Amino acid sequence: MSGSGSTMTPSPSPSLWTRLSNPSHFMRWSGALTPWLAALSALVLAAGLYLAWFVAPPDYQQGETVRIMFIHVPAAWLGVFFYASMSLSAVGSLVWRHPLADVAQRAAAPIGAAFTLICLVTGSLWGKPMWGTYWVWDARLTSMLLLFLIYCGLIALWRAIEEPNRAARAVSILTLVGAVNLPIIKFSVNWWSTLHQPASILRMGGPTIDPSMLYPLLVMIAAATLGGITLHLYAMRTEVMRRRVRTLTIREAERLDAGRAQTVPAALPQPL
Amino acid sequence: MIGVFAALVARDLALATRIGGSGALSLVFFLMIVALVPFALGPDLNLLARIGPAILWLAAVLATLIGLDRLFQADAEDGSLDLMGAAPVPLEIVVLAKVTAHWLTTGLPLALAAPLFGLLVALDGAGMGATALTLLAGTPALTFIGAVGAALTASIRRGGLILAVLVLPLMVPTLIFGVSAAQAALGGTVPFATPLSILAGLTLIAAVVGTLAAAAALRWSE
Repeated sequence: MSGSGSTMTPSPSPSLWTRLSNPSHFMRWSGALTPWLAALSALVLAAGLYLAWFVAPPDYQQGETVRIMFIHVPAAWLGVFFYASMSLSAVGSLVWRHPLADVAQRAAAPIGAAFTLICLVTGSLWGKPMWGTYWVWDARLTSMLLLFLIYCGLIALWRAIEEPNRAARAVSILTLVGAVNLPIIKFSVNWWSTLHQPASILRMGGPTIDPSMLYPLLVMIAAATLGGITLHLYAMRTEVMRRRVRTLTIREAERLDAGRAQTVPAALPQPL
Repeated sequence: MIGVFAALVARDLALATRIGGSGALSLVFFLMIVALVPFALGPDLNLLARIGPAILWLAAVLATLIGLDRLFQADAEDGSLDLMGAAPVPLEIVVLAKVTAHWLTTGLPLALAAPLFGLLVALDGAGMGATALTLLAGTPALTFIGAVGAALTASIRRGGLILAVLVLPLMVPTLIFGVSAAQAALGGTVPFATPLSILAGLTLIAAVVGTLAAAAALRWSE
């Protein structure tokens, strides 16, 4: 019911946060902001890709394949970042019942899942020349795979419950349970991996990363973060629109139904 | 409050025995999976003995899922869940009672039958005892985690598949420590007590988080 305004009566002097998070206000400022944000992220992404392709040197052990890292690491960061932002939105949605928190959470899930998948795919593409196999049951890979599966579960639950408010509460509870469990999963997978696998094969090229690679990587991470936030804002706007359409459709159906009920003769059974 | 708890546990136990549903059936399912593994891997007893605890644990995880989708759904459909929600006790007590009864009819039989099924995968005495002990300590965690999924999908018509997708990733830590504790008893560098205590800790965490989250899910699903 976002945008209907019945639950969002503005107080006499609303704080900046309250004003920004009102769905109608949100649509206004995000509409003005997103093109600029998209242009900025494209610019930073171009700079980052240039640095990653032409400036950063090939690794002395890994050769050119090290460039996969410039996609892989930002994707991993965004996969975790969007889960964290979903957990914050889940608190907002459960504690304050804020409609925009539901919207933010729902919009974040597919983006986070997509970046986690990108991280997994690029990681396994890098693993083929480096480790000789597309997949090893390394602790970090396994944790990311489980994160991806949890994302899939959240999206599936959202699809299964039709009514958006109820779906949002159910998904919020599951998101928070997942947030409590993710550190436990991470810890147990580490324990499991050290039990089953020697750590010697899985060491990266060196203990520290050289500045000539670090700066391109940081630029790429900044680009990915900006791009991810832009995508998230676009997805939130789509979700607000979708809910408005849903509300309007329901109202239209009710209006038509009421109109029909008046014209139907009293002898006929009333339509349900 | 304890009276209500006991009454709810007794009710669910009576329902389970009279309907004759999930308890015995999940035991049969457990046996079925344990029996399927040698068909897939071949009848090599040395290999089976080595992966025996893993087979039993995997079977326990899958068998826990059986009947879990009806944990709250049956009561939600006939309206008794609304009555329980209107009772002068917190919904958390109701959830705790229902989960306890469910574990008594599914998890406990699995743990008790594990030594018997261990024979099929050529476990020795120590291995059987250890696996049964880890199942006894670990299956409550599986049931509590599953209860969250059951509460979230209580109002979904065909929630069984979604339930499995939701809760299986969260059961991974329990599986890891259950199997490593059982393996540690069969020999290895890690003492048996370390993974077993972590497993017990996971069960306690799951009991708290699972009860609160399942009650919240039921409360807010209207």
